[in-house]
Amino acid sequence: MKNLKFGIAGILFGIILAKAEVISWFRIQEMFRLESFHMYGVIGSAIATAMLGVLLIRTMGWRSMSGEEIVVRKKPFTKGTVIGGLLFGLGWAVTGACPGPIFAQIGSGFTVVVITLLSAIAGTWVYGKLKDRLPH
Amino acid sequence: MNFLKSPWPWYVAGPLIGLSVPLLMLIGNKALGISSSLRHICAACLPGKIPFFQYDWKKESWNLWFAGGIALGALLVLLFLGNGEPVALNPSTISALKANGVQEFDELLPGDIFNWGNAFNGIGLLFFVAGGFLVGFGTRYAGGCTSGHSIYGISTLQWPSLVATICFMAGGFAMTHLILPPLMRWLLL
Repeated sequence: MKNLKFGIAGILFGIILAKAEVISWFRIQEMFRLESFHMYGVIGSAIATAMLGVLLIRTMGWRSMSGEEIVVRKKPFTKGTVIGGLLFGLGWAVTGACPGPIFAQIGSGFTVVVITLLSAIAGTWVYGKLKDRLPH
Repeated sequence: MNFLKSPWPWYVAGPLIGLSVPLLMLIGNKALGISSSLRHICAACLPGKIPFFQYDWKKESWNLWFAGGIALGALLVLLFLGNGEPVALNPSTISALKANGVQEFDELLPGDIFNWGNAFNGIGLLFFVAGGFLVGFGTRYAGGCTSGHSIYGISTLQWPSLVATICFMAGGFAMTHLILPPLMRWLLL
């Protein structure tokens, strides 16, 4: 049951993603064609709001609900940041989805995106399998 | 009610998405990031003897609940909060996509591409299989996706996430302008 709150947070997140149309393949095409500000506005204002929220938590010294000190997960730089980033970018423009929107596209009734999800899981698995042989 | 049913503008949706970062910190000391769920699914279902998948995925199961919630949230929009209108796209986007063979513009995704009839043909191989593989492989290799790097990473002032985001965009521009148009014309026209 301790996970229920994350399920509810996910539902809210999914509602917002769908209502903002950021799960739309068309919107992603429009973004990469620089023909709409919509996606840039969504991502930009999301970053700005998140930044303010994190700043507030830090300056107020707030802790998590269970009383722990809030830790920020480190994002290390490797060659994969660049190579993997480029590969994901290619996939983002084809599927019109990053991982969150893959789940949302399925929920929106495009059940065939289950294939995209399975293939993304396969891609993750192949990365795990080849990890030590890839440049990092 | 009208507001709930019509698509939300960026200045409403963006800040709400951004709030998920401090929200997840406060409710469970968690870092926003959805691509990790794909790794947990591998660790749970098919870890093999691969070291990358040898960890206690159950400790990270919140992430799977979050991902499942996303699908459910989108379903709720489909059932109760949709307006059934096509996406209000820039007309130049529509005409460019039409020239590349897209015919249906009345839903969130082009129905003539994203249907089960294409599950086992070249269209599906490109849009579902190859696309999905690149998303899964690329995000894990990069250590995150749009949520984990672009929103969480940048908002916590981590420069590698900014580099990752620039690379996401570069890959997307290359695909949209150079690679995808000839493939679409070949497969769809």
